[in-house]
Amino acid sequence: MNGVTVEAGLILAGILFMLGLISVLIRRNIIFMLISVEIMLNAAGLAFIVAGARWGQPDGQAMFIFIITMAAAEVSVGLALILQIYHQIKTLDGDAANKMRG
Amino acid sequence: MEATFYIAGGVAVLSTIMVITSYNMIHALIYLIVSFLAIAVVFFVLGAPFIAALEIIIYAGAIVVLVIFVIMMLNLRDETVAQEKSWLTRDIFMVPAILSAILLAELIYIVTDTNSQPVVTANVDPKEVGLSLYRTYVIGVELSGILLMSGIVGAYHLGRQKRKVVHRFLEKAEL
Repeated sequence: MNGVTVEAGLILAGILFMLGLISVLIRRNIIFMLISVEIMLNAAGLAFIVAGARWGQPDGQAMFIFIITMAAAEVSVGLALILQIYHQIKTLDGDAANKMRG
Repeated sequence: MEATFYIAGGVAVLSTIMVITSYNMIHALIYLIVSFLAIAVVFFVLGAPFIAALEIIIYAGAIVVLVIFVIMMLNLRDETVAQEKSWLTRDIFMVPAILSAILLAELIYIVTDTNSQPVVTANVDPKEVGLSLYRTYVIGVELSGILLMSGIVGAYHLGRQKRKVVHRFLEKAEL
């Protein structure tokens, strides 16, 4: 009854991942970069769900739950870092945070 | 069902494009919620209703609200939109977009090279997912518990502000 192919799902995941990657590359605002990383993680999870649905096994969904856990921990720590950076240098410009001259 | 997949996928791609091209942060987050809802529809069509619910609850509910709260705490003003406009120009946009498009074209070529397989449409119950999580991947569940705990502790430690001693002599001595 369902004609969705594996290719269509994987291509959708690839397009979403590419959009997130472009956004990470072009943005200078660090909050936007964090949002783009979320988009990329979500696209990776979509690829897992498509692969799990291909075989009708629950493993893909288990992996998606791990990815969502990792994304939640990452975004909370990242936002705390952004708050600290904003209080230190008073801007959201990622290029301005080069005080350590690394 | 097939049309639902393609329509929801198109909505997801369009709203993600709006996320990466909008200058206002709050508008971008609202478009991001639309994108997550569309991807939840895709999950539902692919036979993962539990994951569709989790996508809405955790991504659209928790993570986006967390980002919105941080934006509220940062107390940004109107000039951030103009600043964003000056940062995001066309010549910055072009080269990464072209390179990523080449990579995507290669990916599509590799994926479509094999003969196409239809997705099995049987719904995978939450019960099966839970059994798989607590039998096969029980180590992963424990590790994600540790990860979330360290995330809480790290966010608390990093987000805490040092209390400043307000005293004129001490302030001068500090400087």
